Amino acid sequence: MPEGIGIQHFLILSTLMFFIGVYGFLTRKNLITILLSVELILNSVNINFVAINKYLYPENLGGHFFAMFVIAIAATEVAVAIAIIISLYRKLKMIDVENVNEMKY
Amino acid sequence: MENFSYTLVIPLILFFTFVFTGLFGGKFKPVISGIICTVSVFISAALSYFAAYQYFFIYGKADGAYRLINVFSFHWLRFNDNLSIDLGILLDPISVMMLIVITTVSLMVHIYSLGYMKGDIGFSRYYAFLSLFTFSMLGLVLSVNIFMTYMFWELVGLSSYLLIGHYYEKPAAVSASKKAFIVTRFADLGFLIGILLLSAFAGTFDFNKLTDPNGGAILQSASATFLGLSAITWALILIFMGCAGKSAMFPLHIWLPDAMEGPTPVSALIHAATMVVAGVYLVARLFPLYVFTSPQALEVVAYVGAFTSLFAAIIACTQTDIKRVLAFSTISQIGYMMVALGVSGYGAEEGLGFMASMFHLFTHAMFKALLFLCAGSIIHAIHTNEISEMGNLRKYMPVTHITFLIACLAIAGVPPLSGFFSKDEILVAAVEKNFVIFLVQYIVAGITAFYMFRLYFMVFWSRDTKYEHDPHESPKVMLFSLVFLAVAAALAGFIPFSEFVTSNGVPFASHIHLSVALPTVALALAGILTAYFLYKKESGSPDKITNSLGIIYRSAYRKFYIDEVYLFVTKKIIFNLISIPVAWFDRNVVDNAMNGIAFTTNYISEKIKVMQSGQLQQYAFVMIAGMILIFLLTLYLIIV
Amino acid sequence: MSETVFYILAGFILIFSVLTVTSRRILRTAVYLFFVLLGTCGFFFAMEFNFLGAVQLTVYAGGIVVIIIFSIMLTSDLQDKLEAAGVSKIFFSLLAVTAGAAVCISTILSYKFPALTNNVLDSSMNTIGLRLLGYQENGFVLPFEVISILLLAAMIGSIIIAKKADVNK
Repeated sequence: MPEGIGIQHFLILSTLMFFIGVYGFLTRKNLITILLSVELILNSVNINFVAINKYLYPENLGGHFFAMFVIAIAATEVAVAIAIIISLYRKLKMIDVENVNEMKY
Repeated sequence: MENFSYTLVIPLILFFTFVFTGLFGGKFKPVISGIICTVSVFISAALSYFAAYQYFFIYGKADGAYRLINVFSFHWLRFNDNLSIDLGILLDPISVMMLIVITTVSLMVHIYSLGYMKGDIGFSRYYAFLSLFTFSMLGLVLSVNIFMTYMFWELVGLSSYLLIGHYYEKPAAVSASKKAFIVTRFADLGFLIGILLLSAFAGTFDFNKLTDPNGGAILQSASATFLGLSAITWALILIFMGCAGKSAMFPLHIWLPDAMEGPTPVSALIHAATMVVAGVYLVARLFPLYVFTSPQALEVVAYVGAFTSLFAAIIACTQTDIKRVLAFSTISQIGYMMVALGVSGYGAEEGLGFMASMFHLFTHAMFKALLFLCAGSIIHAIHTNEISEMGNLRKYMPVTHITFLIACLAIAGVPPLSGFFSKDEILVAAVEKNFVIFLVQYIVAGITAFYMFRLYFMVFWSRDTKYEHDPHESPKVMLFSLVFLAVAAALAGFIPFSEFVTSNGVPFASHIHLSVALPTVALALAGILTAYFLYKKESGSPDKITNSLGIIYRSAYRKFYIDEVYLFVTKKIIFNLISIPVAWFDRNVVDNAMNGIAFTTNYISEKIKVMQSGQLQQYAFVMIAGMILIFLLTLYLIIV
Repeated sequence: MSETVFYILAGFILIFSVLTVTSRRILRTAVYLFFVLLGTCGFFFAMEFNFLGAVQLTVYAGGIVVIIIFSIMLTSDLQDKLEAAGVSKIFFSLLAVTAGAAVCISTILSYKFPALTNNVLDSSMNTIGLRLLGYQENGFVLPFEVISILLLAAMIGSIIIAKKADVNK
């Protein structure tokens, strides 16, 4: 596929996606939407891994496997995060990040 | 082969008794802890007598001379091959003699206290501390090196402090105990510096090596000089400073009269018979060193002793508190012992002064302990220390009267009582060496007789005082001690001391020198007669004499204002010029610096803790901002 | 893969990404994320990583998004609009994000990537299977095992965290 499209295109795309995720992380209040932003960030990383694998190291599958592992880790992360969110919801009846400040001084 | 290892029990049994009664004394009746302590002192005394018998009569001699026996010793702290602090037991004539003195007097005091302290709230505590004291004193005399001596020296000071402050509800007792502790501590500072100097030059702490006249320590230590005197002289003078503090030599004597605030048996044990002679003992222990390396230091000992004995004897004539008279008499008599050491040479006959000093130490312990115990018996009966409130007590307290008289005759040097013999030897030693000192000591002998009989007549004869209730003779346990010590004080003079205790261990035969003894006895009798005429009957003549003496009497009565001088020096000079600025510096600079640090820390943390908001997104924002900044910085550094 | 496909997919992904972080309806957010994942999946297929694309589709789009939607339904009222962030928060976040993006993109653009090599390994299932469980060079069995343990731990952990407190205690 690489005719015409350089690796930079993919990297720029994933950078943009990454920072859109960061923006969501910083501005959202609902914990689940924050979680969604984190998923965006993980995905942008996946694109990065795969693109670098494809363009720079096509002779082996390191980036490919790391993308797979990232997907697995994203799954575990979501599982734990959802568990936390649900138990928080039980306790506080809301899931706004600003109310979760028990680690305050 | 002789086996002296049982001597280890002599001090240790008392230590265990101290721990036991100290910890569990409150669990049973007070009298039981008293009996436990008394029994253990008795065991200790019996072993001491046995050790003395074995040492002096069976095993101690080698080639006609008594030798040092190192019963055992182990390395406790090791600095280098030569310099180590050992713990152990050393037997030689003077340490064995001290064993006898300490355990005898201590046993008597223990028995006596069963009666004297009866009903006292701190009865078990008193006995525990008495055991501690006896333990430390025994450890002191048995120690194998000068550092071990120093440790027990401090322990003795501590137990003395504890016992002086026995009546700790009384402010006078508390301040007296503090005074005793501080003054002796101050002196011990000199002692410690002296020890360090000595070990630096002689290269050893060990008494065996230090006091061997042919040993390397004495030879090699005479080299370095400082301020015109050899360094070893300074070391010995500093050590003597410690001795002077413990033995209440001028000008460090001020604590001893105040120490009379303690219970009277304590005064008898600690402040008359044993602890205060520790200084004499230490000088005697280091005697070869004094003689061979530093005649100057020995002269200092002699002059300080002579001055102190005269000075204290004069004050003793004016005091009206029975225990203070005895205290000053003690100071004066210890001065005698110091003089005897100071004028002595090394050898058999040349070491007459050494022998006389030890002899006097021995007899003095007996009769002075007796005097104090008699004073305790009197105080027990009429509840006052003031001799002006006493009088005519011979009718009420016959046993006390007789024993007190024996002790007075002994201290005055009337033959054939013990004081006569030992004092005679001292004067003989002095006349051979230094006539001025002899003269002083001769006069002091007269004054001693005078003030002791002034005391005797004022207490037991004089006017017919009316007492609130008739004084009664003391209980039998107390009288037992009195009688025992009276017998000892009367007969101790017949011990052929020169056969046993001499400076180099070689026995010799001593004689009474009539040319010295007769004038001394005459002077003593003159003193007694003067006291008889002035105080036998109540009359106005003593007052007339004191009035005519005026300022001399008043200054002697106020102990020559030494206490006031000390107060002036400490309060006006040290407090104002040093302590107050230091205290100001401490309160304002040091404290404020510390408080300032704490306050600043607190203030900053108050301000920055707001940053720990608990807001996740804030943290993330800061993190990302920081990452970007680091990134930019790295880029900038790469480009530049 | 032609430029056209790339730009279409990239535009698709970016638009839905932005919608994901800005939409104020929570369920829609999740759906937009699903589209983003689909777009990513398209890239994987376009780069001939078919297995990875399939995993992305099943695990991510199929599994994770469904869990998220479940939890949204459990914890949120679907009618409510999400509260908008404050202006200053948006401003500072945008500032940080733009700065970060600018820094990264400038770095990417200024970096000289090496030329393409022709030694291409096929990404068939056979190769993937051998490499994933291989323990020689370029084998990934160790991370594979570690990840599987991690998954197990996460499973147990999330059960313990989410389960109701014991009423008896």
